[in-house]
Amino acid sequence: MMAENSADNRTETPAETLSVAWQKTELARHPKRPYPMEFIQSLFTDFSEIHGDRSFADDLAMACGMARFHDEPVMVIANVKGRTTKEKVARNFGMPNPEGYRKALRAMKFAEKFGRPVFTFIDLIGANPGLGAEERGQAEAIARNLREMARLRVPILATITGEGGSGGALALAVADRVLMLENAVYSVISPEACASIMWRDASKRALAAEALRTNSESVLRLGCVDAIVPEPQGGAQNDPELAIKFLDEALQQHLSELKKLATDELVRCRILKFRNMARFFTEG
Amino acid sequence: MSWFKRNENENEIETTSEKNVRTEGLWTKCDSCNQTIWKADLESNLNVCPKCGKHFKLSAKARIDSLLEPGYRLIDTDLRSTDPLNFTDLKPYKARLKKAQRDTGMNDAILTALGNLGPHAIVLSAMEYAFIGGSMGAVVGETISRAADHSLETRHPLVIIATSGGARMMEGIVSLMQLPKISARLALMDDAKVPYISVLTDPTFGGVTASFAMLGDLNVAEPDALIGFAGPRVIEQTIRQKLPEGFQRSEFLLEHGMLDAVVPRRELKQYLIRALDFMQPGSVALHPVGQNSAGSS
Ligand SMILES: [Zn+2]
Repeated sequence: MMAENSADNRTETPAETLSVAWQKTELARHPKRPYPMEFIQSLFTDFSEIHGDRSFADDLAMACGMARFHDEPVMVIANVKGRTTKEKVARNFGMPNPEGYRKALRAMKFAEKFGRPVFTFIDLIGANPGLGAEERGQAEAIARNLREMARLRVPILATITGEGGSGGALALAVADRVLMLENAVYSVISPEACASIMWRDASKRALAAEALRTNSESVLRLGCVDAIVPEPQGGAQNDPELAIKFLDEALQQHLSELKKLATDELVRCRILKFRNMARFFTEG
Repeated sequence: MSWFKRNENENEIETTSEKNVRTEGLWTKCDSCNQTIWKADLESNLNVCPKCGKHFKLSAKARIDSLLEPGYRLIDTDLRSTDPLNFTDLKPYKARLKKAQRDTGMNDAILTALGNLGPHAIVLSAMEYAFIGGSMGAVVGETISRAADHSLETRHPLVIIATSGGARMMEGIVSLMQLPKISARLALMDDAKVPYISVLTDPTFGGVTASFAMLGDLNVAEPDALIGFAGPRVIEQTIRQKLPEGFQRSEFLLEHGMLDAVVPRRELKQYLIRALDFMQPGSVALHPVGQNSAGSS
């Protein structure tokens, strides 16, 4: 079994080609799929980026900015992946550091102060695992975002557009509405990491992907997101404009629902939603 | 997010909390100072090596016994996971649960007790590393949320002793959603000014560190505990270099400003009592440094 742990985990095996769960994972990671910033550029106007966490640095893997959504001023937050090799490296492959999460929280508090809704867009394999990230408190930064987002006094709409990778995604997704694009995935761990821990063999990633049930339909059925946004036939990469149109309609609808709620009610409902979520136990 | 150590010899997540202590009858050898210790001495010293001070793991039950006065009450002990994903890797998750339940006599990786810590009535939750690496699934999430709810209702402070590999990956996205569930309760506690102290012990990782363990009014850790977000092996593989000596240890976190204090196990009770004296305006009891409180007989 250990001998199968070959170096070549990149090429798809015939079994993986037949695995629905693995194909879904590949689709969520499709290199031509629109990335968060591309959705933002089409969905919003007048995007003015705000930088820095006021403490350590400006994390290029995270972008925050003031923008307009159908003329209404809003805050927009997304992780940034980059397309070219050079940009990918500069953006750390879209994996934020603590200063990225702290910048995002600063942007949210800024939006709260002036009563503007917050939109987040998520497509990352996880928060950055690194020396500096640990030194500067990656766990603390994520934890703080979870607590502060829970009680933020403006509407929050989170969209998982590609990969929703564990705590690093969640730190932008404690929201009144959490939407998943049809072909996005949301998971506690990547199939590769799960396979190498539980099967002790990273090449068992398709089995792990199946076992983890990360596709949007499963996650919705488990009650861990609020809605799925449809994508064009075969995936968003086939017709990005149509994918953006579907998302635009969904966000407009959900924002208008949330704006009907008084602030206290909004926050109460958000906290209650997470309290009642994912209760899978018996008692007695 | 999850980080488990695996036993090399069997397809089993390492669950033995005694692994660091080699047992030879009544005597044991400390793997830190290599000295031979009488096992009874180790146990009466809360599993801290009497020779070198190395902190070995302590069960959830022993933790509670070490902090609360006799007469405390355990609550929410009969919650069991329903295996929401019907998860199987090399072994079904249901079988792993059964084995952990048999080995520990617990239904999941957490115990909550209501009782008195010196003069303070508190809610105390302690995690159990021997139960699937202390991993957090729906039962741990619900139990801690109930502990927080209890604190909110009674205004009794909450203390959580963490030890965990992180979110329980066999519960997939369900385990991830325990993080915001608990963190949102802690937001309410913070708003209500009900004290919450987090005690991090060896090891605390992943989704537990990235939620309630780092959200205390005070975050304190035992000496030399391994604490982090990503597991050391994951980081090593990512950065492709050896990690520095002492990386992710309590003292490293303290140095980087991530902890309020590193507190030895035998001093923890007095530390907590003094901290709660500070945090509770109504509290008039005085517990000067060096003086034992009335209840710690
Ligand atoms: Zn020793």
